[in-house]
Amino acid sequence: MNHIERLEARSVHVFREAYANFKNMCMLWSIGKDSTVLLWLARKAFFGHVPFPLVHIDTSYKIPEMIEYRDKLAKKWKLDMIYGQNEEALENKQTFPDGNATRIECCRLLKTGALRNTLNGRGIRYRMNHDTGDYQVDRNREPYTGVIVGVRADEEGSRSKERYFSPRDTENLWDIGDQPPEFWNQYKTDFAPGTHLRIHPLLDWTEVDIWKYIKRENIPTVSLYYDQGNGKRYRSLGCYPCTFPIDSTAKTVDEVIEELESGLLKNIAERSGRAQDKEDGGGLEELRKNGYM
Amino acid sequence: MTEIKREKEDMNLVFVGHVDHGKSTIIGRMLADTGSLPDGKLEQVKENCKRNSKPFEYAFLLDALKDEQSQGITIDSARCFFQTQKRNYIIIDAPGHIEFLKNMVTGASRAEAALLVIDANEGVRENSRRHGYMLSMLGIKQVAVLVNKMDLVDYNPLVFEDIVQEYTQFLKKIDIQPETFIPVSGMNGDNVASLSQQMPWYKGRTVLEELDQFKTERVPEEKPFRMPVQDVYKFTKDGDNRRIIAGTIDTGVIKEGDTVVFYPSGKKSRANSIQEFNKPHQKIKKASEHAGITLEEQIYVKRGEIATINGQPKPEVSTRIKTNIFWLGRKPMIKGKEYFMKVGTQKVRTRLERIHMVLDASTLDRREKNQVDRHDVAEITMKTEKAIAFDLAETINKTSRFVIIDDYEITGGGIITASEADQQAWVRDKVLVRNYKWIKSVISKDRRAEKYSQKSSLILITGEKDARRKEIAKDLEQTLFDGGKFVYYLGIGNILYGVDADIKEEGKDTHRKEHLRRMAEVAHIMLDSGTILIITAVELLEADVETIKAIVDEELIETVWVGSDISTDLKPELHITEFNDIREATQIIKSRLQEKGVIFKPF
Repeated sequence: MNHIERLEARSVHVFREAYANFKNMCMLWSIGKDSTVLLWLARKAFFGHVPFPLVHIDTSYKIPEMIEYRDKLAKKWKLDMIYGQNEEALENKQTFPDGNATRIECCRLLKTGALRNTLNGRGIRYRMNHDTGDYQVDRNREPYTGVIVGVRADEEGSRSKERYFSPRDTENLWDIGDQPPEFWNQYKTDFAPGTHLRIHPLLDWTEVDIWKYIKRENIPTVSLYYDQGNGKRYRSLGCYPCTFPIDSTAKTVDEVIEELESGLLKNIAERSGRAQDKEDGGGLEELRKNGYM
Repeated sequence: MTEIKREKEDMNLVFVGHVDHGKSTIIGRMLADTGSLPDGKLEQVKENCKRNSKPFEYAFLLDALKDEQSQGITIDSARCFFQTQKRNYIIIDAPGHIEFLKNMVTGASRAEAALLVIDANEGVRENSRRHGYMLSMLGIKQVAVLVNKMDLVDYNPLVFEDIVQEYTQFLKKIDIQPETFIPVSGMNGDNVASLSQQMPWYKGRTVLEELDQFKTERVPEEKPFRMPVQDVYKFTKDGDNRRIIAGTIDTGVIKEGDTVVFYPSGKKSRANSIQEFNKPHQKIKKASEHAGITLEEQIYVKRGEIATINGQPKPEVSTRIKTNIFWLGRKPMIKGKEYFMKVGTQKVRTRLERIHMVLDASTLDRREKNQVDRHDVAEITMKTEKAIAFDLAETINKTSRFVIIDDYEITGGGIITASEADQQAWVRDKVLVRNYKWIKSVISKDRRAEKYSQKSSLILITGEKDARRKEIAKDLEQTLFDGGKFVYYLGIGNILYGVDADIKEEGKDTHRKEHLRRMAEVAHIMLDSGTILIITAVELLEADVETIKAIVDEELIETVWVGSDISTDLKPELHITEFNDIREATQIIKSRLQEKGVIFKPF
């Protein structure tokens, strides 16, 4: 077995354990490369099917190509697609682009807040109607008890401490100092009423692993990851006011892999184009403790 | 054409040892000395230290988290990535503080090899030994010992030699043969990435060189085939009619056409095809791979069973197992309490039956105790509610491993060392053969259920002698029959003087177990035909029901006790304490069957 096969086997195993143990499960899909690989791995685990809904938190500031790509794949693969957003904050213009919030506060409202309410069912869920291709208000407000998320341990400090099955309390909070033990393919799959689990099948993958898998499986990715001729590409995707491309001439998956393996980007953090990480010393960790992906 | 590069091997490494013996420092030093850190990271951390006026430590590179830095100890097992010419390493830094043993176990269980760090100045301490023991229990056999902080003992070879001797003695007792001992200083980098000028007396390898000497774990292909069933999928979307048995292969190899036997049920079928999404057709799947197989005959198997191959050594099946466990729970493990046990993908209720001995893992002292406390290691016998399939640690360690769940949390783990005899063993052996030889109908269970609008079910009505069981049974039969159900009340007498004629002795209860077995076998046949079967019996014991459960699928059984007091040890699913007339009792049972989905519940 090679490196990628081992990673795939572990991820598939985690997916199936999750599916067997959680009745009301969903998967977060941010449209980025990681969660798209995650989606592909779900199809691996379930033999071409994705037997649970995909949830996208739409901040309304996503780069338009992302939404286009989301709906295109959702239709093509017949995905049970759901999105949610923080309508109150958007209405009151409590956002960074409106000048009424810092980047971190904006993330907290449009992502963390929206995510919490979409998962627990207090917020409105919009679900794709495959007959019309439009989104409709979903009547199902049941809280999700298992949430599959595509975080990777190598992304930054706090993610390196994650478990494959990671409990969150009723308020979505993560107690990083007291996490469940995990050994021998056995995970925390029992949970008290009111709590839920985050499931992380991609934990052991690195950025270059993701790209190699995209190549091996020929997974469709959004064009923003490639240089379109202006010498720039996105390495990590998010909201357009806070996400910036890097200098790169990689135009294909092969070229991206080559660029990563050449060491050219070795000293630039993957999320360096994500402005919210820099605002406060432990920006992302603080966000994550409160429920951010 | 780009040049084809030979792919590097992967290896997970864990650093363990007593708190403050310097694990994070050595790792930080290794990352720094091999240029594995992003540019500027080292300077940034140094600058941070200066600003907060504390001395720089290499450990800070790892302890990225704020609350860790404030406490100065590793809370969890952080991972970092690192490579040599030969391999990609994932380094897991496991916490040395006793409070975080569960995190150490989490980190170590993912590793193929371990580096155990001992402080030269402090010598072998409690967790140096405890962690050594845990490594052995977790199945990690490759261990290198790093004697750290040699700078604090003036690089004295005698100090090093003493520790080598003392610790080798200990490891010997727990069946670990260390690869080597290396004297190092994480702080100064001696013998980490390059050989030290300070210790000319040391002739061995550096830590880095030693890592590449570890052997990658061999995929256990040569062992008997074992695949715990994770699920049976039938996704009907887009006209998909495959019924796929999915799992990850623990050991061995499976090929299309192999005859597969599932345990604990003993059911058998042929592997028709191997399925995988977005991959050309494969005829073989090996250990460590994820797999999906379709079967030729549609036998009823479910999550929890272990798929094996006919003709290869069989797994053990029992309800009583002898184990070595380690306990992580805050509450002790006690007798009389119900826990859950997960073995492979099986999950069963279990109880602690007997404690043979408790071991202090830090001293290896044996103690007599009547409970297993946090961080104890013990040899115990567990009793499970229903039979499980497993292997013994000495034959196939992967399928011998289990965890214990208490109050939603994993609170312990262990390995099964022996299968102990239980009361149902004689029945189970017969059932395994029966299932193996069973001639399957072409009509599936699901099709029968659909045809009759009911799920086959065994309703066992029991109670004290004059509890009107038979009247209720007859009325229930009549009611269900009138409702269009396919139902039968089987009077015990119908069996006693027919099927049991050869063993029936008038006025005596000599062959109780065999009577029960035959009755349950008759029931099993009738349930296979799709029927709802009602049987009555006086004062059933829990052991009687356990015997029946060894023969008839537990999920199909509904036990009903009639009468206010339960005079045996039975724990019935339904207890009808009071009823005005027979009709009322019938209605209670009928509602129960509707709730369980045995028969349709009208809105």
